[in-house]
Amino acid sequence: MSAASAVIHAENLKIQFGDFVAVDDVSFEIQKGELFGFLGPNGSGKTTIIRALCGLIPLTSGSATILGMDVRQHAKDIKRHVGYMSQKFGLYEDLTVAENLNFYAAAYGLTGQPAKARIEELLELTGLRPYLNRRVSQLSGGWKQRLALACAIIHSPEVVFLDEPTAGIDPVARRSLWDLFFQLSGQGVTFFVTTHYMDEAERCGRLGYIYMSKLIALGTIGDLQKLPDANPAGTSRLEIATLDASKLLVELRKAKGVREATIFGREIHALVETDAIEALKAQYPQLTIRTIDASLEDIFVTLTYAIMAETK
Amino acid sequence: MKNLFYGMQPVCRKEFTHIVRDPTTLFFALLIPLIQLFLFGFAVDTNVRQIPTVIYDESQTQESRSLVQSFAASDVFRIASAVQSPDAMYDTMRSGKARVAVRIPFDYARNLQLGKTASVLVLVDGSDSSIAGIAVDASTGVALEQSLMRVPGMMSPAIEVRPSVLYNPSTRSANFFIPGLIAVLLQIMIILLIALSLVREKERGTLEQLKMTPIAPLGLMVGKMIPYGALGFGELCMILTAMRFIFRVPIHGSVILLLMMLLPFLLTVLGIGLVISTKAQTQAAAFQLAMGTVLPSVFLSGYIFLTATMPVFFRGISYLIPVTYAIQILRGIILRGATFADLWVNVAVLTVMGCAAILLAARAFVKQGAG
Repeated sequence: MSAASAVIHAENLKIQFGDFVAVDDVSFEIQKGELFGFLGPNGSGKTTIIRALCGLIPLTSGSATILGMDVRQHAKDIKRHVGYMSQKFGLYEDLTVAENLNFYAAAYGLTGQPAKARIEELLELTGLRPYLNRRVSQLSGGWKQRLALACAIIHSPEVVFLDEPTAGIDPVARRSLWDLFFQLSGQGVTFFVTTHYMDEAERCGRLGYIYMSKLIALGTIGDLQKLPDANPAGTSRLEIATLDASKLLVELRKAKGVREATIFGREIHALVETDAIEALKAQYPQLTIRTIDASLEDIFVTLTYAIMAETK
Repeated sequence: MKNLFYGMQPVCRKEFTHIVRDPTTLFFALLIPLIQLFLFGFAVDTNVRQIPTVIYDESQTQESRSLVQSFAASDVFRIASAVQSPDAMYDTMRSGKARVAVRIPFDYARNLQLGKTASVLVLVDGSDSSIAGIAVDASTGVALEQSLMRVPGMMSPAIEVRPSVLYNPSTRSANFFIPGLIAVLLQIMIILLIALSLVREKERGTLEQLKMTPIAPLGLMVGKMIPYGALGFGELCMILTAMRFIFRVPIHGSVILLLMMLLPFLLTVLGIGLVISTKAQTQAAAFQLAMGTVLPSVFLSGYIFLTATMPVFFRGISYLIPVTYAIQILRGIILRGATFADLWVNVAVLTVMGCAAILLAARAFVKQGAG
């Protein structure tokens, strides 16, 4: 796994707008065919990194290559090998599905027979054929997303950036869109996906978590679960089953040795100092308390709190 | 060269589709300038005639009635009322019922008979400057005419000026104003259409998608300019037809030359529209900016006020306004039958302005990658 073979290679990326540091010292590598998930709160710098990797905004310092091409020098060439789909769709609502596809094909210089063949292929892949002559404004959110994906990959890019691709669409449409991502990823297309949804993050092979412009975690879910910051020394994660979760939550948050507590359905997940567990069990003898592994959400919440505590 | 304009063709085709897809917008875009042409074309008449006049005749003599007759006979004044006191005279003026008051003193006839100078008070409402100037001139004329009639043996004046108005012999306002109006109407229509089309893409997020494609900034801009330029050209032809056949403004020069020479003007206003679209983030902001170009184009372009009589500073500004040059071309060809040799400077300036605006917009567009 050397830098040369990585499809996306970012080293010490720093992007500054005036005094505001939007991205601070971010480094990562993504291999061919990977489905890389990029998480972080709004405004943490996810979209900025995508735009910088596509050459739309300049890097303040650091370096990045895509498919071996430097983003500073080869922005134009990179565009031909990279697909991009934003949360805003990027579709023309007053045009038909076919007109959108034809336009984006032509925008990438794809015309005539090759364009026709590629559009056929994408109609097959996305199942959009029945809607070919329908205006985009009449499509549901899920179909719009599929069309947006088809337009984003019309030039058969090796790398696809998806910026919150499933924001605001229903779970069924979300799942079928992810099936499409996996299908393409299986064909060797590399995906860089930003998302808010933990279930989506769990589908990604590898994850990065960005908070306050800094990449604070990077790795597979297994790697992240083992992070020392996610499991602070001397603490354990407990799952506490209770009938009145909200009442217990208030009590727990005040209890000694409880660092975090949050409700998951009818249970409470808590991060508790190990020496305080016995006292807790004694205090609530009627409750079932067991030790669990950190979920992805637990990890990110703990990491975020750790950073917040540090910056204070 | 091809790379600089990469993507022009698909953008242009897409833009035409947008236009056809939305016939209501197209209809109003084409119709509104025509409606405005009719409104302003019929309404604007700067030839001052029939100014309401109040007479206060203290003299009540044959001589004074002869003077009133002279005022009534001129096309400039219309006797609106006669009053019997100074207060009534001032009241009529203040209320706006009369713009001019003529007060003939009681000793008017006696002074004339004694061979003295008889004075007549003429009050002019200065709140409308165009009326005031003409009323002063015309009343002086009436007095001169009356004086000459009293010189024995003088049947005709010694010197007579015979003015001959070239190019617009009837001095019809329409002939003067409509050619200028064409430039103003075209400008606002084209700026709005192209600026809104680009800002709409910004609002909907399609512009961001376009920036990810290999479409070059100039390709995008020129691709947008072609359809809206074509619409503007169509509108120009419609307005010229209405001007010629409905307002009966004769075109003394070559229509083909006129259309060709206005192409650089279209280029310039398209360029201004593009510049506005790079500054505005929302359609509302773009609309505001586009409207901001209207007043300077009307007042500082020579459309209403002669640029030659403006203070130096404003004359300088008038040179920066594209409508200034378009009006030179329009009035030159339509009214004076001017040729390319007479007007080429205007074409050159507009061409330079247009290219500069487009390059400026393209540069701002590239920089706004960060936006």
